[in-house]
Amino acid sequence: MTDKKTMIVDATDQVAGNGLMSRRFFMNSALASTAVVAGGSAAFAQETSVGEGQEDWTLYPGDDAPEYGDVSQFEKGRVKKFVAPPVGGRTASSAGRTPLHMLHGTITPSGLHFEVTHHGVPDVNPDIHKVVIHGMVDRPLKWGVEDLENYPTVTRQYFMECSGNTRVNWAQPKPDQNFMYMTHGLVSGSEWTGVPLSTLLDEAGVSPDAKWIIAEGGDSGSLSRSIPIEKAMDDSMVALYQNGERIRPSQGYPMRVLNPGFEGNTSVKWIRSLYVTDKPVMSRFETSKYTDKLHDGKSLQFSLEMDVKSVITRPSNAIELKKKGMYEITGLAWSGKGKIAKVEVSADGGRTWADAMVEGPVHSKMLTRFRIPWMWKGMPAVLQSRATDEFGQVQPSRKALLAARGKKAYYHYHAVHSWSVNARGKVRHVYA
Amino acid sequence: MQGGKFAMYMRKILLSALLFGGAQTTIAQEPQFGEPATQADIDKRFWAVFPDGENLPDGQGTAVAGAMLFEDNCHACHKNPPDEPSELDPEDAADVLFGGHGTIGTDGSLATVGSYWPYSATVFNYVRRAMPYTAPMSLTNSEYYSLTAYLLYKNGIIEENTVMDKDSLPKVEMPNKDGFVSAYPEIPEKYRTK
Ligand code: HEC
Repeated sequence: MTDKKTMIVDATDQVAGNGLMSRRFFMNSALASTAVVAGGSAAFAQETSVGEGQEDWTLYPGDDAPEYGDVSQFEKGRVKKFVAPPVGGRTASSAGRTPLHMLHGTITPSGLHFEVTHHGVPDVNPDIHKVVIHGMVDRPLKWGVEDLENYPTVTRQYFMECSGNTRVNWAQPKPDQNFMYMTHGLVSGSEWTGVPLSTLLDEAGVSPDAKWIIAEGGDSGSLSRSIPIEKAMDDSMVALYQNGERIRPSQGYPMRVLNPGFEGNTSVKWIRSLYVTDKPVMSRFETSKYTDKLHDGKSLQFSLEMDVKSVITRPSNAIELKKKGMYEITGLAWSGKGKIAKVEVSADGGRTWADAMVEGPVHSKMLTRFRIPWMWKGMPAVLQSRATDEFGQVQPSRKALLAARGKKAYYHYHAVHSWSVNARGKVRHVYA
Repeated sequence: MQGGKFAMYMRKILLSALLFGGAQTTIAQEPQFGEPATQADIDKRFWAVFPDGENLPDGQGTAVAGAMLFEDNCHACHKNPPDEPSELDPEDAADVLFGGHGTIGTDGSLATVGSYWPYSATVFNYVRRAMPYTAPMSLTNSEYYSLTAYLLYKNGIIEENTVMDKDSLPKVEMPNKDGFVSAYPEIPEKYRTK
């Protein structure tokens, strides 16, 4: 009987340098267990109960069904967000980052969805919360949660990313060695359900001269952003549900704007005013913050659409290789413009690339998982992934991104991320 | 686009109701559950102040009054550089509101109200809705005009006695007013990666 360990690998199985393998290895390899149960024709000399050696949970009935299920007690404290310690006794903004390296698939559990708040998470009472649409409209209108529940809804999967995600990679001279949720954890994916914003705008009757919508939230900073009217009429929604349940307080309970593919803070949480007008408001969050400082002293403003980007989540600096052998390299790719078309992976620092398998169904503006088998022979390697979207946008190298924008941009870092693996299987973040 | 699809879907449903259900009353072709919003509904939720001064309230103030208000309400969290340097990442130093003029784009870049913000009305817009951090909206409009005047004065943009109100504030030009390039709908060619 051949077992997996002795499977014969020849040169034709290699799809790129340094051990990247044909995907046939994981599609049909003999993963079936071949364990043989040790036969025991034991003597009946001394009979004990048949449960000898079993664990308690096998021997005693467990808990009754709870009203709201929780994770295993063994997962608590293990799988959690990265929450930055406060600076100088208070934080400028408060952020919880998604532990991407601990999760699989593409949907982030709601409680692990990243969050950034500038003025804390408000405790909004849904019975009195309303959103108003006013300004350049025929009829100023207001809606509470119960009113919005009556409309036909849309349900879509979308990623959400803070434009500050991976910001340390711009300027930090040495690559950040915190676990990868520090560098990449400000992106998550969810299924969102809500009412198309266009439905509500149509009901209010928007003037043909309208160009922008000024969104304001009900938090203690009344966070405000300007949204282009074309976006609002295209795929924006007022979301009420996330992953099937009412959205969490940190995500904007009881209602938020959702601008698919746009930088996270434009999807204003706890939404309470949508003012239709012909100019942007130039709020603090589109002037002082969320503007990208360029090498020539200018700053990019309204860099709304998130760029094409990807990252390998496994292996990564939080997950080391224990021994030589066949591994799966896997990670996430996304684009604010549309669908992911292709993800290439390199194991030799970008000298050679192979197409990874892109797991479908691929949704527009949603996290997409990729995977590729990799034979690690105990040699040093540099692992990279490079995403391309359906519009042909290709994720740039760090060098190309810095050449175009300098090192000060702070927001919208989206270059290829590199993990080096040394001969002992230790994984580190490198600039390559 | 989705809106259009939905409208079609609802029309189909209503059409079949008319044809097969024999509905007699006239009903809207799309669901309409919005209630009329009164001026009070709007005023409570609408705080936006625009660069051209739209929606600025009555009231007025100068940096003289603002200095005292700043000491009482703001200084605990916001530094007075250079004597009190920032504790935060200089790229994200919201604790420093003064100085840094001419540093944007250089290695010692310090973005403050004075060195970075392109519009004077944005100062009033943000401070009124969000500050003091632990008690936003707790001051009067005239007090917020005074604080705005103080921030502009400390940054060398206006005189100590210049009165800030809904007419004068939007006319104040900020040093970095030409510092921004719009990336919407497209990032200018120059800053795209090759
Ligand atoms: C309890 C601490 C605290 C107090 C008191 C306080 N602030 Fe702030 N302020 C903050 C924090 C924190 C931020 C950054 C919030 C964020 O991350 O978005 C901030 C941000 C600001 C900003 C934006 C800075 C920038 O560059 O984007 C301005 C302007 C400001 N405050 C003015 C004031 C004024 C005026 C007062 C007094 C009325 C005041 N603050 C009182 C904590 C405070």
